[in-house]
Amino acid sequence: MAYITCENLVLRYESLTVQKNLSFRVEKDDYLCIVGENGSGKSTLVKCLLGLKALDGGKMQFGDGLKRNEIGYLPQQSMIQRAFPASVEEVVLSGCLNGRAIHPFYTKAEKARAAEQMECLNITSLAKRCYRELSGGQQQRVLLARALCATKKLLLLDEPLTGLDPLVASELYSILQHIHDAHGIAVIMVTHDVECAVRHAKNILHIGRNESFFGSCADYEKSAVGRRFLGDSIQPEECSQCHDHGHAHPQKGAPENA
Amino acid sequence: MHNLSDILTPEYVSVILLPALIAGVAVSLCASLLGVSLVLKRCSMIGDGLSHVGYGTLCVAAALGWAPMKVTIPIVILAAYILLRLSENSRLGGDTAIALFSTSALAIGIFASSKANLMTDVSHYMFGSILAMSRGDVIFCVILSICVILVYLLFYDKIFAVTFDENFARATGLNVRFYNLLIAVLTAVTVVLGMMMMGALLISSLMIFPAVTAMRLCRQFRHVVLTAVIISVSCFLLGLFLSLVVDTAIGASVIIMNLIVFAAASLIAFLRGRRAE
Ligand SMILES: Nc1ncnc2c1ncn2[C@@H]1O[C@H](COP(=O)(O)OP(=O)(O)OP(=O)(O)O)[C@@H](O)[C@H]1O
Ligand SMILES: [Mg+2]
Repeated sequence: MAYITCENLVLRYESLTVQKNLSFRVEKDDYLCIVGENGSGKSTLVKCLLGLKALDGGKMQFGDGLKRNEIGYLPQQSMIQRAFPASVEEVVLSGCLNGRAIHPFYTKAEKARAAEQMECLNITSLAKRCYRELSGGQQQRVLLARALCATKKLLLLDEPLTGLDPLVASELYSILQHIHDAHGIAVIMVTHDVECAVRHAKNILHIGRNESFFGSCADYEKSAVGRRFLGDSIQPEECSQCHDHGHAHPQKGAPENA
Repeated sequence: MHNLSDILTPEYVSVILLPALIAGVAVSLCASLLGVSLVLKRCSMIGDGLSHVGYGTLCVAAALGWAPMKVTIPIVILAAYILLRLSENSRLGGDTAIALFSTSALAIGIFASSKANLMTDVSHYMFGSILAMSRGDVIFCVILSICVILVYLLFYDKIFAVTFDENFARATGLNVRFYNLLIAVLTAVTVVLGMMMMGALLISSLMIFPAVTAMRLCRQFRHVVLTAVIISVSCFLLGLFLSLVVDTAIGASVIIMNLIVFAAASLIAFLRGRRAE
């Protein structure tokens, strides 16, 4: 059984139906990218997956040992207020709270876990700094470390790359790749960077206003939706964020419109 | 100006001052802990609203001849629950709903007590009367404060998570609604206890001031909480001392101390900012 199986989901806000008939699966070692234009319902789907919003129809099943509260979540826009006094360490530690029995203060194991994730994301030196005084890229890493604290199985990232410069973004891609490969954590990522998505992901879920697609990257590139969304075929060199990862780009077929 | 040695007879100290001191320190502690959460959750108004409801209930209780605290605490807890729900779902928006609800409760209370001709009796809840608290009141106060502090410490991490990022907390399976309710209930208890001492008019600033002052000085949640506690307790002690020396209302003296510390902290923060530039 897959981690997550969704059948014919309906996403709705009061009178506005955002999506219907959405079906997809997330497997144990999946790397799924969710793409689609603004307002097509990607963040809404993420909220449904996390249980922050009730489903308006369809079926969503969690399996293969994954419980809903074991997903590590990186929000698109955190509602964290300006000037909230919180150190990086406190923020990362707050990811350790799921499924924990009631006891005061963090245990040694939880602190070690947080320290390990901070090490992994290279933010150990920021531990005592105030979260709000960090740059966007640093904040993003802190939130990713918090998400990693919350999960050993599945990361769910809603546009983790917005506002990051290409270098930092590509670094984040390789960190994610590393987490996926080395720790065996499945990744679901919402992104607008379709070119990078098809290179890194195993599967693509495209959510459009009128048409949707779910399948492997190769199929996506061949599909009508994918071709339109990818625009003219992109040569590997043109993907600015994909360099210096030390990984091979998948071979692409002949350019479609050549 | 009093000569302190005249008032501080051994008997006065042991019968009146010491119990007041203990109760005051306990309640100041609770107030500053919860104040941090209220300020950070942007719901300082809840403290204020609850004090109105509490005062209204005390008036009704007095008019009907009921024991004031034992009636008021459950009612104010219920009000805290209703206020939370109102601010979550209401079309009016949180603070409007709170204002309407709490002033209505206040009006009902004043209506009842003026009908029963008790306005002078209940007016000391307006300004507080820590030195007039009975021994039973003091013990009750201290026990409840200890409960509030223990519960706060037990859930400290989760309260942080819920205040920092509600959506993430909910995604990791924390029952955010429960913790919001917990904060509201603890606030309600603290408000009622504080009202006996500081008065309904001043209790909400007793919660807010130390938190805001601490936020000027610190950048970590834990430091903010600790600093707020220290500020709150020392301002209470200084305020009590001031009120004995110059014979003023205790609640007001404590708040004035808080105001002075706040001004000092703002100055320090400002100077630090200048130096950093
Ligand atoms: N809280 C809400 N109440 C009502 N409608 C909403 C709400 N949140 C989103 N919507 C609507 O639902 C639709 C989908 O929104 P959603 O945020 O899921 O889009 P998205 O795909 O994540 O877009 P983006 O790429 O800009 O992040 C939009 O039309 C939006 O206006
Ligand atoms: Mg979105």
